[in-house]
Amino acid sequence: MSSSAIYILDVKGKVLISRNYRGDIDMGVIEKFMPLLMEKEEEGLLTPILQTPECTFSYIKTNNLYIVSTTKKNANIALVFVFLHKIVQVMAEYFKELEEESIRDNFVVIYELLDELIDFGYPQTTDSKILQEYITQEGHKLEIQPRIPMAVTNAVSWRSEGIKYRKNEVFLDVIESVNLLANANGNVLRSEIVGAIKMRVYLSGMPELRLGLNDKVLFESTGRGKSKSVELEDVKFHQCVRLSRFENDRTISFIPPDGEFELMSYRLNTHVKPLIWIESVIERHAHSRVEYMIKAKSQFKRRSTANNVEIVIPVPGDADSPKFKTTIGSVKYAPEQNAITWTIKSFPGGKEYLMRAHFGLPSVECEDSEGKPPIQVKFEIPYFTTSGIQVRYLKIIEKSGYQALPWVRYITQNGDYQLRTN
Amino acid sequence: MTDSKYFTTTKKGEIFELKSELNNDKKEKKKEAVKKVIASMTVGKDVSALFPDVVNCMQTDNLELKKLVYLYLMNYAKSQPDMAIMAVNTFVKDCEDPNPLIRALAVRTMGCIRVDKITEYLCEPLRKCLKDEDPYVRKTAAVCVAKLYDISSSLVEDQGFLDQLKDLLSDSNPMVVANAVAALSEINESSPTGQPLVEFNTNTINKLLTALNECTEWGQVFILDSLANYSPKDEREAQSICERITPRLAHANAAVVLSAVKVLMKLMEILSGDSDFCATLSKKLAPPLVTLLSSEPEVQYVALRNINLIVQKRPDILKHEMKVFFVKYNDPIYVKLEKLDIMIRLASQANIAQVLSELKEYATEVDVDFVRKAVRAIGRCAIKVEPSAERCVSTLLDLIQTKVNYVVQEAIVVIKDIFRKYPNKYESIISTLCENLDTLDEPEARASMVWIIGEYAERIDNADELLDSFLEGFADENAQVQLQLLTAVVKLFLKRPAHTQALVQHVLSLATQDSDNPDLRDRGFIYWRLLSTDPAAAKEVVLADKPLISEETDLLEPTLLDELICHISSLASVYHKPPTAFVEGRSAGIRKSLPARQGSAEESGTAQPEATVIPNQESLIGDLLSMDIGSSIPTPAVSAQPTSNIDLLGGGLDSLLGGGSGTDLSAGSVPTTTGLLGDIFGITTTSTMYTPPKACWLPAEKGKGLEIWGAFSRRNGQISMDLTFTNKAMQAMTGFAIQFNKNSFGLAPSAPLNIGALQPSQSLETGLTLNTNGPVQRMEPLTTLQVAVKNNVDIFYYACQIPIQILFIEDGQLDKRVFLTTWKDIPAANEVQYTLNEVKGTADTLANKMTHNNIFTIAKRNVEGQDMLYQSLKLTNNIWVLLELKLQPGVTHATLSLKSRSVEVAAPIFQAYDTILKLV
Repeated sequence: MSSSAIYILDVKGKVLISRNYRGDIDMGVIEKFMPLLMEKEEEGLLTPILQTPECTFSYIKTNNLYIVSTTKKNANIALVFVFLHKIVQVMAEYFKELEEESIRDNFVVIYELLDELIDFGYPQTTDSKILQEYITQEGHKLEIQPRIPMAVTNAVSWRSEGIKYRKNEVFLDVIESVNLLANANGNVLRSEIVGAIKMRVYLSGMPELRLGLNDKVLFESTGRGKSKSVELEDVKFHQCVRLSRFENDRTISFIPPDGEFELMSYRLNTHVKPLIWIESVIERHAHSRVEYMIKAKSQFKRRSTANNVEIVIPVPGDADSPKFKTTIGSVKYAPEQNAITWTIKSFPGGKEYLMRAHFGLPSVECEDSEGKPPIQVKFEIPYFTTSGIQVRYLKIIEKSGYQALPWVRYITQNGDYQLRTN
Repeated sequence: MTDSKYFTTTKKGEIFELKSELNNDKKEKKKEAVKKVIASMTVGKDVSALFPDVVNCMQTDNLELKKLVYLYLMNYAKSQPDMAIMAVNTFVKDCEDPNPLIRALAVRTMGCIRVDKITEYLCEPLRKCLKDEDPYVRKTAAVCVAKLYDISSSLVEDQGFLDQLKDLLSDSNPMVVANAVAALSEINESSPTGQPLVEFNTNTINKLLTALNECTEWGQVFILDSLANYSPKDEREAQSICERITPRLAHANAAVVLSAVKVLMKLMEILSGDSDFCATLSKKLAPPLVTLLSSEPEVQYVALRNINLIVQKRPDILKHEMKVFFVKYNDPIYVKLEKLDIMIRLASQANIAQVLSELKEYATEVDVDFVRKAVRAIGRCAIKVEPSAERCVSTLLDLIQTKVNYVVQEAIVVIKDIFRKYPNKYESIISTLCENLDTLDEPEARASMVWIIGEYAERIDNADELLDSFLEGFADENAQVQLQLLTAVVKLFLKRPAHTQALVQHVLSLATQDSDNPDLRDRGFIYWRLLSTDPAAAKEVVLADKPLISEETDLLEPTLLDELICHISSLASVYHKPPTAFVEGRSAGIRKSLPARQGSAEESGTAQPEATVIPNQESLIGDLLSMDIGSSIPTPAVSAQPTSNIDLLGGGLDSLLGGGSGTDLSAGSVPTTTGLLGDIFGITTTSTMYTPPKACWLPAEKGKGLEIWGAFSRRNGQISMDLTFTNKAMQAMTGFAIQFNKNSFGLAPSAPLNIGALQPSQSLETGLTLNTNGPVQRMEPLTTLQVAVKNNVDIFYYACQIPIQILFIEDGQLDKRVFLTTWKDIPAANEVQYTLNEVKGTADTLANKMTHNNIFTIAKRNVEGQDMLYQSLKLTNNIWVLLELKLQPGVTHATLSLKSRSVEVAAPIFQAYDTILKLV
């Protein structure tokens, strides 16, 4: 049991479309949602779950829309939230962007989807690739009635049979995001790598794939403990991967969905040297000016290069007359974000750059204190993974016996990369 | 071309226009019209008047049109029940359509139309669809049974749909299995009797575990959630389920992961805690829980609320993961607050430095609520991690220096708690606190400050001036500040009577004459009378030692915690309330409790010693009078919630019906009244554990008229001392309290003595629940227990003997092989023999009798005509005792050999054997 009804509301709380699944709660109850949300927000007690005597609202917000689910029971709330996000994802795949306008433009399909995604509060088929095979936007021609794709109820519910490509290809992207939290004294409080292997699969038929990584657990169990390997702390797989097989012998085997999807994600808690390190000296002269001295250091191998490096430095909201000086890149003041952005298109390893900024401050100070947002860094380093993870092989077996080529790309980028300031 | 054009027709006579369009002969026109109707419905216009015209469009081969008409029907059938009947024929026909999509659509929609007349016609098509050749139709029909049950449970039961649903659990298609299991779980939850209608057995569980590997992510959640309701019959089955579920922890869907965590947490109760398997499992749980913190913020919030429970239940799982709970700048506030809570729970001596520096950082942020909570967290760390107290205090002082008003106020509130926890340690900072007196404007902070001044009046030179300055605005103060002021001034007077008489008179008159607040007036009068009749007594009352405050604040009560663990990932786990608290009526479902290992009561008791301190009578009074800064004082988490009564009954019922899952009743610190309730239920379930008759422990002549009879008993794994107090004196007795001396088994009362006043010649019975967490000291003989009972007359001492069988715990059964190896391992020097006389009955009846007393027979052998019984038992202090009982047919005496690493326990155990065997 999860949802009694699902509503999509605009930012003011007006119902754009709704669907009642269980009929145990008066649909009018939604009138109470917005006032309650405002009230909680004012009290500073806002949570994604709001309780009223009649029911519980759980909601997510996206693109100025509220997706709200109601329930009267002790629902599996984790399921509700994951499902609400799934709805947004499915609709986004249908209409590019889920927003007020696209809902009005596609209400017939949305009703159909809401009918197929969930039944009596129990989520059913939520794979948009498969849904698109029998729920389409164009409407059906009178003569041919759509049939349910076999996949809907198959054990392989994410791939239809009979897919054909002239050229069979697979693209693998290994993307590692580095999360970093450092305090103002320059100590790293927390650093972790969140990796993801994304695939674009253009393969015919029902191919069986097997992916080999330099996984430490696997290497140790097969007596290759000496080779360079990576210890994956926690791995999460797309539903196509056979989990019990992985649990048994660490084999990643699967029949992939067609097209683009995320095969797996992993997390490592290793302490790596921060790839881009920022030192900041901020001198505030109250009522007159504030000066910044920002030093950026790249701490990875010289033969790698970080692209599109953006260093976002927060500045006081009432700062004025910006002046910048830098040896490389460009600096922009974004008053709407209360920040300056220092952009360096290409930042080779083992280098150090400097930037100075100067702002005037008004003589009258603004009353409300401002927070101390951290400095954030964005970057991309191609052909490089921090963890050292490697794709050793990707075997593709299909009964027709075609040859398919896998292409692998590695990239490291920033995740939640925050350095606190004084 | 978009659908938005359908919304634009707002001319007059719209309904009329639509009507004619709906009746148009052209299919295309019809479809357009229906879309317009649905568009109007979507924006909230009432288009029910078009009911017959729309239903007329139902018979079409256009699927899109059909779906729209069905949607219309679902919305308006209830308001037009009579006309809805027009649709029945089409529905029934559609259920036979060659296209499975249409069959499923029809049966799905019919289930959603809650009109009696339609429901009647639903049964036949539903029965067919449940056996449909297409799995898509079957899986839809499975859910439809749950829909029908919601409308009419009797119809489902009478028409045999439950059996059909049960058959679907063996369906070849995993999605059908998943939906069938979801429907069955829902039906079980809402069963009117509170008993599940369909019980799962090992066989079905195996089928579910197989389907688990193949069905969709949502189906996996349904299956895992229903597995969570299943109690395996033994440890081996539990372990094998765990093994098959663990791979789910690597699923990308957070709901699958959390549901798997729920099942594992529940099954770990059954597994023996010290096994390797359990340890590995614990280790496997941490990484997925941590990864949940990288999901969407709403999912993070649910995960954090659940982690809060998991950390309380099994602190080991995440004890090394403190850093992942550090707050990020852009976390939503609800995530920040929850992370803070967990940081405090995980704080320990090992990580306190990091935690404090984080908390200090948070205390300088801008969000007021978050900052306040961070400051409070620093205080809680000081109380929880004693060696860090000093650092916490200095951090708080730093924060006070910032002069940010709400930070200062919050800091003062927590410093008051620190003073209470560590008296006479940090008073040097009082002067700094006093500097901020003027800036305090929140009642709680003011009251705390006043309390500090009163408590340390002798060290603050100008305490009288300070308090005097507060008195000027006495009438405008908040009630809690007024109460504090009154008490503080009285304390000041008692400590420094010299120049404060005028002040105390002033405050007493303010409290008793100028106030309308009855609490304040009463307290004023009490003080007044105390001070005027007996200043020495006043001193004893007002300046009494205060009870210690507990380390862990707002821990959940253990039984509630156990129940919530069974509800991981559900709303209950987010609210931290049992479902009965927010779900109405029968749909609240059956109360869930963790499965019990045999006799796990003691284990859980020793594993999580309650941080409660039982205040003696005086300090209670002292507490009542001088402390009422209610919410901020961390009080020991004793169950006193109104809901717990209901729970208790529920639990009792469970054990009545389920046959002995009595842990709810006996776990943790249950107040005496509930213990009694437990007894009532207990009597019906547990059979005769031998309880000796009451003996006179304190004769009236020694007790100055107080006579005590008593006996020990053990019910449902709970030891209690049943006492009868009789007053044979001429005057009423009051102020009863009981204390035990240190004893061999660490027996101690779990709750204070529940006896108020005892009138002359009155007799009162009470049950005192005991635990074995008290101080241990070897007594001679081993089973001696020295007891002190106090009342208003005097203190009386007596000693009694603990019958050792009450210390035999319920999981004293050794595995055969373990028994053998242990028997061999224990040196022969530790073997004692004893001859039992007057043994009657066969080996089986004896073994049976023994089992009732927690002496477990592991094996029985017949060697040369002699019956050999191998038995084991375990004492509350984890001493294992292995026994071999040799019975000869036709002979009334038997030989008992005992082996144990602590052979001292032999004598009382032989005695226990004697008593038990004599029972009829």
